[in-house]
Amino acid sequence: MSGESGRTPHDELAIDPEMVAAMCRSFITSHVASTGAERVVLGLSGGIDSALVAYLTAAAIGADRLVVVLMPTASSSPSSKADAEAIVSDLGCQSELISIEAPLAALLANLPAGESVTPVRRGNMAARLRMTTLYDRSALHRGVVVGTGNKSEMLIGYSTIFGDAASAFNPIGDLYKTQVRELSRHLGVPTQIIEKAPSADLWPGQTDEGEGGFDYPTLDRVLYRIVDRRLPLEDVIAEGFDREFVLRVSEMIRRSEFKRQMPPIAKVGGRSSGSDYLYPRRRPKLD
Amino acid sequence: MRRRVLALAQIAPALGDLAQNFALHQAKIAEARAAGADLVIFPELGLTGYQLQDLAPEVAMRRSDPRLQALAKLTSGGPSAVVSFVESTDDHRLFAAAALLEGGEVRHVARKCYLPTYGLFDERRFLAAGDAIRATRAALGGSAVQGDVGIGIGVCEDFWHPTLPSILAQDGAELLINVAAGPARGASVDADQGLGSAASWGTLLRATAALTTSYVAFTNRVGVDESLIFWGGSRVIGPDGVVLAEAPLFEEALLLAEIDLDEVARARTALPLLRDERLELTRREYDRIIATRAGLEEA
Repeated sequence: MSGESGRTPHDELAIDPEMVAAMCRSFITSHVASTGAERVVLGLSGGIDSALVAYLTAAAIGADRLVVVLMPTASSSPSSKADAEAIVSDLGCQSELISIEAPLAALLANLPAGESVTPVRRGNMAARLRMTTLYDRSALHRGVVVGTGNKSEMLIGYSTIFGDAASAFNPIGDLYKTQVRELSRHLGVPTQIIEKAPSADLWPGQTDEGEGGFDYPTLDRVLYRIVDRRLPLEDVIAEGFDREFVLRVSEMIRRSEFKRQMPPIAKVGGRSSGSDYLYPRRRPKLD
Repeated sequence: MRRRVLALAQIAPALGDLAQNFALHQAKIAEARAAGADLVIFPELGLTGYQLQDLAPEVAMRRSDPRLQALAKLTSGGPSAVVSFVESTDDHRLFAAAALLEGGEVRHVARKCYLPTYGLFDERRFLAAGDAIRATRAALGGSAVQGDVGIGIGVCEDFWHPTLPSILAQDGAELLINVAAGPARGASVDADQGLGSAASWGTLLRATAALTTSYVAFTNRVGVDESLIFWGGSRVIGPDGVVLAEAPLFEEALLLAEIDLDEVARARTALPLLRDERLELTRREYDRIIATRAGLEEA
């Protein structure tokens, strides 16, 4: 896999963490300033992605302007909560514990009698209840919701549209999981959070890699080739990656394209949002 | 000796906020004056912000705009300034322009000739491309004894088309100025400074200085417009291609560098690349290629 360039598989995704951290801080600071928000509101799961964003946000605007919200369900593992609490204690930011078990149970109880719900539907419901909770807390705190999805999971569609994918801005959405780990180590995210298996915490013992049948380092290298380097799939396979896996990744990207875009608006009039009415998200009042 | 002090104002303009950006320019001109600068250089679209889209016509200014004229007035006691804005014209076109303000007036305007419209860029959708490449003479705080300095201004992408700085140098520029709004991309440990865009610009700018045997002053902005994070790294490079001063990445800065324009004469004596350039040969071959592409000549 080293090829003519002499690169090792690790090198190609290796980042200068100090520099990338500076980029992310600049991004957060600027977007908080342009929205005029007093605080940033973040859903803290105990996993590495939200942990990293918490550390970046605290470094960018100060821990005193960060409000983290822990939103477990009954199926959330106790270690997730403990890990989230370790972050709160390390950063010294404000935290709120708002269980979404009751609203989730209410939604499920409200389904037509006898209807069973798949784990995916249940997981999507939970993700959207967390979104609802976060946006409401942001109204209370005069804050903005920061996104915590990484590039790997967004590219394969391992996210819930209008759920965890919803945010005002996302500082780590162009970082692969491998890079999220590297940056987290640099910023002092607790080791047990960096090293534990990534999980959507949908049911006890669930892991992304177990459920998806992949490991992130390999997934990231395949995504990097398909997306960043625009390589044909056959060239990726020729490098030694498993054919079935490469085709499956490509298919996951293709099928989740809609999750990464705003919904299309039917163009009927003369000037339409998204087509030919194109303004920055925030702009000053002109004289 | 023709010494001049350059001040590169690596600022973070507010997107679409003219009032705030004018105030920022005024403050930096004052700061540069206090630091003894002869010329202060601001980044591309420093007065308006970069990712304007449909805001472009709303923030556009004529050269005669009173706000621009008022800014020019600040240069009557020095330092001179290069500022960048969206220029609107009588025929209602919009340009990404960079103006030399000197002696209280708008002395010269360079319009961006190469508008990147690929990948993350969409400039041609909103702006018109300039169609003149002209060097100019500027006092830059100099006395009659010291004489004028030949300067040439390009806007960001302009320098990625090496004909442009090359023509500016042939047209009399000793100091090539690039005002930029360069977004960071390609973060990797494999790249110089950990950033692909910083590495490629670094190579380009040193090569441009060396190939034109000119000073190069590159002012790139910092801050954020929408998804884009601008990387800064403003720098001054000598006519031998050596970096003389360099600003940090991603942080606001006022980078000061003293240059001696007599170095340009010495560099061009030692390495007479400009003298030996074959303009007629270049033109003849371009004419042939143009005619061939148009089907006017056999390939």
